Amino acid sequence: MIKTEAAPSNSGLFKLWYHRMASPVWFYRISGKLLPWLWALFAVLLVTGLYGGLVTAPADYQQGDSFRIIYVHVPAAWLSMFVYMVMAVSGAIALIWRIKLAEMVLVSCAPIGASFTFIALVTGSLWGKPMWGTWWVWDARMTSELILLFLYLGVIGLYSAIEDKRMASRAVAILALVGIVNIPIIHYSVEWWNTLHQGATVTKFDKPSIHIDMLIPLLLMAGAFKVFFAISLLLRTRNELLERELPRKWVKQLVEENDG
Amino acid sequence: MQETNAFTTLLKRDFMVAFRHRNEIFNPLLFFSLVTLLFPLGIGPSPTLLQTIAPGILWVAALLAALLAADNLFRTDYEDGTLEQLVLSPQPLPLMVTAKVLAHWLVSAVPLLLLAPVLAVSFGLDAHAIGVAELTLLLGTPVLSFVGAIGVALTVSLKRSGMLLALLVLPLYVPVLIFGSNAIDTAAAGLPVSGQLYLLAALLVLAVTLAPVAIAAALRMSVSQ
Amino acid sequence: MLLEVVGLHCTRGYRALFSELAFTLEAGQLLLVEGHNGSGKTTLLKMLAGLREADDGQVLWDKQPIQAWGAEYRQQFVWLGHSNGIKDDLTALENLHMMQALGGEQAGFPCRDAKSCVSTSTVLERMGLAGNGHRFPRHFSAGMKRRLALSRLLLSSARLWILDEPQAALDRAGIQMFESMLSEHLQRGGSAIMTSHHEVGLRGPHIQRLVLAA
Repeated sequence: MIKTEAAPSNSGLFKLWYHRMASPVWFYRISGKLLPWLWALFAVLLVTGLYGGLVTAPADYQQGDSFRIIYVHVPAAWLSMFVYMVMAVSGAIALIWRIKLAEMVLVSCAPIGASFTFIALVTGSLWGKPMWGTWWVWDARMTSELILLFLYLGVIGLYSAIEDKRMASRAVAILALVGIVNIPIIHYSVEWWNTLHQGATVTKFDKPSIHIDMLIPLLLMAGAFKVFFAISLLLRTRNELLERELPRKWVKQLVEENDG
Repeated sequence: MQETNAFTTLLKRDFMVAFRHRNEIFNPLLFFSLVTLLFPLGIGPSPTLLQTIAPGILWVAALLAALLAADNLFRTDYEDGTLEQLVLSPQPLPLMVTAKVLAHWLVSAVPLLLLAPVLAVSFGLDAHAIGVAELTLLLGTPVLSFVGAIGVALTVSLKRSGMLLALLVLPLYVPVLIFGSNAIDTAAAGLPVSGQLYLLAALLVLAVTLAPVAIAAALRMSVSQ
Repeated sequence: MLLEVVGLHCTRGYRALFSELAFTLEAGQLLLVEGHNGSGKTTLLKMLAGLREADDGQVLWDKQPIQAWGAEYRQQFVWLGHSNGIKDDLTALENLHMMQALGGEQAGFPCRDAKSCVSTSTVLERMGLAGNGHRFPRHFSAGMKRRLALSRLLLSSARLWILDEPQAALDRAGIQMFESMLSEHLQRGGSAIMTSHHEVGLRGPHIQRLVLAA
């Protein structure tokens, strides 16, 4: 009549359990080994990119030296979209295959993406001052970027509002997927709105005739930013992982190892 | 067969509940007209200026009214436990959710459609532009309801969700705002607007097909807490 | 074997509510889930209903994980949670109609006799709510509301009942009525899982107890 909860687990169950447990531990170890290499790669790309961009690249014949802000602005703007993509893809993985690691990647992406978007907006506005004589114009790219920032803030807000973090990551995954369907539509509509209201505006990249000496540092910087994104994503995911797996054995072992 | 039965019963139920709270139906309507009233007061009564900004005002007010009304879409169902029963019923949840959003749209947005011409006249829009305004509202407000429902479904379990809901939903409303107000603008200038209307119709098709899946997933998440 | 739970695990915050939980439920059996407040009783029921995902482990219905059954599994059980799941703005009868429409046709468990396939008004009568069919639950007492919520058990022919504190707010007569409904259901080969702070007046080998001690 009385049945208690602790039924002995058979070996099949143990395997299942082990398989599930293995993936976070594996991720933690591998990412720990990967990080120093990424830091090194980042340093190389950053130094060469900055040197190329700030020293060797010729000044723009129209904008003078102020164009050099593109070495921060453009990589940040590219990444702001890319991070959202990563976020939505891991959201889909988290929802479909219920992989916990994907959930953690997803929630780690949002603050990074928001920061890149913010940097793109600030540098864009700093660049706008000498170019247009004003801090802000309602140009299509900047407006889209601003809306993207709000989309990121929505993701962050939703995640922090829901107490149960597993539920919160599911909510955020759904929102990220809704966002990724909407971003092209928003982008297109804003672009369309812009051409209607301002006629042909001077967009920053309407002429692809960028000089090769300017382009190479730009690509180097883009690479540096991407590696930096990878680094911060790994760091954040590792943190999230430790926090969520706090009661598990391997985390305790890790703490003991580091203490001793 | 039983899906259709469940769909219509749910639609009827939500109508009945709304009808038994009919004083609340007027709230979004009042809000809509109040917001549009604030603009002339804030900007000044110059007829040419008002005529230029009328499309934008109409659509911004419609957006805010839709946002305000959406908050109640799943709230009471969540509180009295009928949402839980809906999620656990064997009926397909996206279909059931569609019934609820449809009922919500009929109750909250259709009165808006009836009031909009009156407000448009007060802003000095001509008959053609008003006709186009009605069409854009007819095509655009269901999109607002469906997209808003995603945000509501994600936040229904939270106690104070008003600001968060606005943050989640308003950026997604941008395309509807752009195409809708621009169509009225273009119509007022005497130019053809079929392009904008087609785009709005495309958004509507997209919202009706994709949003229910997202809403259903979000509700399952909210109810599980 | 109707329902089988294997290695179920649940954490709240950093605390494990239960782990390696395992039990089976056969046709005609009742499982009483016991434990103090916060021991995870409601969470367990939610996992069994598929409302909440298990942190680890599986719930099997007819040897298949419930996720694989999908809507078919939801046809097999009736759920009654903490909240009654009735609308205050619909009359008692309208509420019952809504329950029926959402429930659809229950599969695999045909009504045994006319008594279990009764119309909505006879259900009200059976629940001791005769004459209240056209009144709004808003004006009901808490006990009457609970009775109305319990009507869904009579409307449905599902094999499994999952009930969270079904006797809450019921008076003595109400509890008795519920227990007779329950034993009838078990005799017909149905099964039930419920949490309860009340002692259930049923006895027999078909009653299992599961104690959650976090």
